[in-house]
Amino acid sequence: MSTGAQAPFGPLGVMRSWLRAGPGSGARRRGFGPPWAWIIFLLGALYFLVPLWATFLHSIKTKPDPFLAYRQVFADPKFLGGLGYSFVVGVLTIVISLLIIVPTAYWVRLKVPRLRPVVEFVTLMPFVVPPVVLAFGLIRIYGGGSPITLASTDVGLNLLLVGAYTILSFPYMYRAVDTGLAAIDVRTLTEAAQSLGSGWTRILWRVIFPNLRTALLSGAFLTMAIVIGEYTIAQILARNEAFGPYLSLLGRSQPYQPAAVSLISFALTWLAMGAIAFLGRGARQRVQVAGAR
Amino acid sequence: MGFLELSGIQKRFGDTVAVEDFNLSADRGEFVSFLGPSGCGKTTTLRMIAGFEQPTAGSIVVDGKEITRRPPNQRNVGMVFQAYALFPNMTVADNIGFGLKVRKRPAAAVRQRVDELLDLIGLPGRGSRYPYQLSGGQQQRVALARALAIEPQVLLLDEPLSALDAKIRVALRKEIRSIQRQLGITTVYVTHDQEEALSLSDRVVVMSDGRIEQIGTPAEIYNFPATSFVASFVGTLNLLPAQVVDAGAGRLAVYGQEIQAAKPLTGGLTNGQVSIALRPESMELGEGGGSNRLRGPLEDVSFLGSIVRMRVGLGDGASVSLDTFNDPHLTLPAVGEDVTVSFPREACLVLEGGTTAEPVDALAV
Repeated sequence: MSTGAQAPFGPLGVMRSWLRAGPGSGARRRGFGPPWAWIIFLLGALYFLVPLWATFLHSIKTKPDPFLAYRQVFADPKFLGGLGYSFVVGVLTIVISLLIIVPTAYWVRLKVPRLRPVVEFVTLMPFVVPPVVLAFGLIRIYGGGSPITLASTDVGLNLLLVGAYTILSFPYMYRAVDTGLAAIDVRTLTEAAQSLGSGWTRILWRVIFPNLRTALLSGAFLTMAIVIGEYTIAQILARNEAFGPYLSLLGRSQPYQPAAVSLISFALTWLAMGAIAFLGRGARQRVQVAGAR
Repeated sequence: MGFLELSGIQKRFGDTVAVEDFNLSADRGEFVSFLGPSGCGKTTTLRMIAGFEQPTAGSIVVDGKEITRRPPNQRNVGMVFQAYALFPNMTVADNIGFGLKVRKRPAAAVRQRVDELLDLIGLPGRGSRYPYQLSGGQQQRVALARALAIEPQVLLLDEPLSALDAKIRVALRKEIRSIQRQLGITTVYVTHDQEEALSLSDRVVVMSDGRIEQIGTPAEIYNFPATSFVASFVGTLNLLPAQVVDAGAGRLAVYGQEIQAAKPLTGGLTNGQVSIALRPESMELGEGGGSNRLRGPLEDVSFLGSIVRMRVGLGDGASVSLDTFNDPHLTLPAVGEDVTVSFPREACLVLEGGTTAEPVDALAV
């Protein structure tokens, strides 16, 4: 392993080594890389930050209280209600998606690796099929006259929403899990557990899942981000209590609050990313399965 | 009947035959090594014992019970992998205790067994560490302890030392053998390293192209190789093509120089072309080594520390190598000078298949 010995290259290298080693370590002092890398990094950062700054400036244009939009947003029960609803839908989506994707990706890697391209293609379908088509398809299949009628009740529509989001999460979840599986020696770990008497459930629960922690977190947060911001499917399935339709309605009726809400949801996303980096730090180090040292 | 019986084992992957007609009977507490080059089927055979592969034909019996179709988690067979395969998310103690927890042993019994095994592998007090905090050698010891924790009927080791550096390999080799003797556990060890196989094993199974070439004690394998493959794969030796002059009298011609085998040549050895195998250490420079003699110019002298290896030309670009112990007062002929090499009849091992023998100038290792 050479990770600890390499000098960080450029701003990303500095950040990576900081994340890996933690603040206060010697890695930061080794070098900051060539100036051109910093120039590109700063340009990229400006491209990213300037619109945010502009949004922020727009959100504090209210007078005399510049933070009125934020106060109104937090005071509005629909904001927390929408966020809470989407959060619950997001958690359900993550759980179902994980229960489908992890065993599938694991089995494909272990037993039928030649089917990997097929599974990859299938999980990419949500990129090909537009959400509108997916939502109308679900209404048609589970609407009136179908053997399983879900589209006529609130509970049924909520289930359909979770189902649709589960499908939408596949490309992100599968890739995250598959990358995580590639980082560990799945076959040998499985065989080691089997030789010790372990069955499939225990292998998945005690050996595979814990070693995919970072990957699962990545997939889960990406899924949550999609669910929180999704509008089309929620609108078509008449789930107006979801955060996406709330945000859209707000944009049509209020001048400054949408900017405030955007920044708040953005901050939440960054908090989630920070959590991935923080929670995944130890796991990355531990997943060094083999090799002479 | 042996404790571990493999009868008529065959394994095919599509049209490819990985293992063919494999028969082995190992006694309780015996240490058996599968030795052979890459792709010879040794690991496939081991995996069939572990249950990770299903034999196409044949049966596997442990302690009188057939386990051929049993899933791996119901075999009570411990396995140590080349890549250690420690669970990265668990501490050393949790790794060692994993199999016991699967068997629902009480926590106190698990702790006690883990401590015993940590002592056995020389890592007391390291139970709270994670695998990534250990060296390669320590990780492999933990893997061994984990496999032993469940008190398996058979211990399988799949090239467990090949990821380690030479010094640790030798040290760990001794530890594995010592622990195996201490526990008296029937062990199957897969390796492509002949030194490892010869130094560790009660018996060695030499394999090539999915078949057993020879089963024997290390001494038998080394001193009496059954085939030219075993002769060339195990140890250092000279393989020379020879012409049968008089099969009944055991007389042969090697590059026009006549030598005599210990016994009359029978069976397939009576045909015109055979191979003879000569260990470098069984020959002497001069005429005092035995009744057989080969003559030629000294082509090269190499100092290899405790021994000196000399190469003597036999004509047609062929040569024979012989070893002598190093000695500060050793005097050797000059390179280019004609010398005589002598060896006893018993040192000359006659093998079938002279046409497929190694090139005469090659010292097969």
